[in-house]
Amino acid sequence: MATYILKRFLQLIPVFLGATLLVYFLVFSLPGDPIAALFGDKPVNEAVAAKLRAQYNLDQPFIIQYLLYLKSIFTFDLGQDFSGRPIAAVLGEVFPVTARLAVMALIFEAVFGIAFGLIAGLRKGKFFDGTVLIASLIVIGIPIFVLGFILQFFIGVQLGWAKPTVSAAATVQDLILPAIVLGLASFAYVLRLTRTSVIENMNADYVRTATAKGLSRFRVVNVHILRNSLIPVVTFLGADLGTLMGGAIVTEGIFNVPGVGNRLYRAVLSGEGPTVVSIVTVLVLIYCLSNLLVDLLYAWLDPRIRYDS
Amino acid sequence: MTPESNLTGQDTTRRHIEHFVADLDETPLQATDKVKEDSAPSSLWGEAWKNLRRQPLFIISAIMILAVVVVSLFPGLFSQIDPSNEACQLSNSDGGPASGHPLGFTQQGCDVYARVIFGTRSSVTVGLFTTIGVVLFGGIVGALAGYYGGWADALLARLTDIFFALPLILGAIVMMQLPVFRANRTVWTLVLILIVFGWPQIARITRGAVIEVRNADFVVAARSLGVSRFRSLLRHVLPNSLAPIIVVATISLGTFIVAESTLSFLGIGLPPSVMSWGNDIQAAQASLRSNPMPLLYPAIALSITVLSFIMLGDALRDALDPKARKR
Repeated sequence: MATYILKRFLQLIPVFLGATLLVYFLVFSLPGDPIAALFGDKPVNEAVAAKLRAQYNLDQPFIIQYLLYLKSIFTFDLGQDFSGRPIAAVLGEVFPVTARLAVMALIFEAVFGIAFGLIAGLRKGKFFDGTVLIASLIVIGIPIFVLGFILQFFIGVQLGWAKPTVSAAATVQDLILPAIVLGLASFAYVLRLTRTSVIENMNADYVRTATAKGLSRFRVVNVHILRNSLIPVVTFLGADLGTLMGGAIVTEGIFNVPGVGNRLYRAVLSGEGPTVVSIVTVLVLIYCLSNLLVDLLYAWLDPRIRYDS
Repeated sequence: MTPESNLTGQDTTRRHIEHFVADLDETPLQATDKVKEDSAPSSLWGEAWKNLRRQPLFIISAIMILAVVVVSLFPGLFSQIDPSNEACQLSNSDGGPASGHPLGFTQQGCDVYARVIFGTRSSVTVGLFTTIGVVLFGGIVGALAGYYGGWADALLARLTDIFFALPLILGAIVMMQLPVFRANRTVWTLVLILIVFGWPQIARITRGAVIEVRNADFVVAARSLGVSRFRSLLRHVLPNSLAPIIVVATISLGTFIVAESTLSFLGIGLPPSVMSWGNDIQAAQASLRSNPMPLLYPAIALSITVLSFIMLGDALRDALDPKARKR
C-alpha cells in the first residue's frame, strides 16, 4: 500500500507540471501581448509596459519565466495582480467561498442521489424507477446555465423561496440555490450510479444469505446492499469535488457568487495572466489531489482491491 | 425398384448432409433444437440493431435527432422570416405572440421562432465536427497507447492525464481569450478549441477497449497467420473495440453542444452576429424578469437537442453491452 501511495504521488508530479506548463504557455506565449492589451484602446506607454514586463518576468525567455513561476508557487509568493493586490490574498478571499459552494453541492447530490438511487434500484422496473430514470436524463440534458436561470426565475423571483442572488458575504443560506444548481447534474449521475450498483448487489450471494439467515429487510438493505453499493458512488463523489470547484464558473456568474469562477472569468476577460495562471494552478492541484484521495479511498473501502502487483 | 438401389440412394444423401445428431424431427427436443442452419451468424451489431428497434428511447431520440439535423440543414423550410439582427424591427421589441410570429419577439424585435430555427445550425455544426475531431485524435492516441503498451502507453497516458486535469470549459475560456482566437471567433475556432480540450475522454475509453481486445484469441490467430501488428490493430482490434467509443462519442456530442452555447452565453464563444442558441439566451438574460420567453424557447430547443443525443447514447449503451442486457 505504501509503495502504491508513493507511486501514485510520483505520477502526480508530471501531470501537475504538464498542466501548469500548458496553461502558462497558453496565457503568456501565444501571439498577442497581455501587457499591451492592458492599455486597451489607449497608446501603449513603453516605460510602464517595460516595468510591468520586468515585474512579471515577461522579458525573460519562456522556460525561465515558467521556472520562476514554479518557484513563486512553492514559496507562496504569487506576486500581485494587475491592480496591485497580492494574488495570494485574492485567492484566500475567493477560494473559501467556492469551497463552501462545492461542499454544499456535494452534500446535496450525495444525500438525494443516494436516497433516490437506492429506492429506484430496490424497485427496479416499477413506476418510481422509470420516472426517476427519465427525470435524471432530463436533468443531465439541460445545460447548467439554463437550469440556473429557470430555478433563479421560478424559485428565486416568482416564488421567493430563496434569494435569487448572493450577498457579498456568501453565507450558507445565500448559497443554497446556487449549490443545488451546481450539484444537479452530478446528482443525476450519483442517482444512476447508485441504482446500477444496488441492482447489481441485490442478486449477490451474500445478500441472499443474509435474507435466508432471517435478517430484517431494513438490515439487509442498509448494511448488506447499501454499503457495498456505495463503493463506486463514493469514488465518484471524491473526484467530483475537483470538478465542481473548477466547473462553478457559470453558476457563480448567474448567481453573482464572489468565488473562484467569477474572479477567474473577470481575470480572463481583462487579460490578467498572472491571476489566471495562479487560479488554474490551484484548481489543477485540487483536481490531482482529489483524484489521489479517491484512489486511496477505493483501496480502503474495498479490501478486495490490492495494489501490490 | 430394388432394395439395393434404394440403399445406395440413401447413402449418397447421408454423405452429403453429414448428420452428427439425430434428425430434428426424431428427437423430443425438436422445439429447442430448431436452429435455422442457413441463417447468417448474428453479430454484435445485428443483435444491437434488433434490440434497438424495440426500444422506445432509441426511436424517440433518433426521430428527434433526425428532425434537428433537417432543421439545421434547411432552416428556410421552416421559417421564411429573416431573423438576422439587421432585419429586426425595434418597434416589435419584447412583443408577445402575433399572427405569423407564434413565439413573440426579442428585445431587439427579432422573431423568436425564426431565431430558434436558424440558430440550430451552429449548435449542430460545432457538436458534430468537434465529435469527429475528438474521435479521430483521441481514438488514435488511445489506440496506440493501449495496443503498443510499454513506454508509448506511459507517455500517452500522462499526456492524457495532463489535458484531463483541465476541465473543458475552463481550458476553452483560457484559450478563447487569446488575441489570436478572440480576433476571429467562428464555428471552426470553437471546434478546434473544443477538440484540444475534449479528446482525453475518448482516448481513455479507446485505450481501455483496445487493451481488452488486443489479447483476444482472434487477434492472436491473425498475428500467427502473419498479419502485421499494425494491420491487425486496424482490421481486428479496432473494429471490435468500437462499441464503447460510439456510446461515449454520442453522449459527448451533446456535451460539446452545451459547451458551445455556454461559451457563447459567457460572451466568448460565437460573436453576436452569428445566430446561436447560446447567444440568444445571453441576449435575453437582461430582460428575463419582464419577458422570459425569448430565453425560454432557445433554452428548450437546446435542452431537447442535447437530451436526444444523451438518450441515444443511453439506448446504444444498453444495446451494445450484452452484460447489462442480461440483468
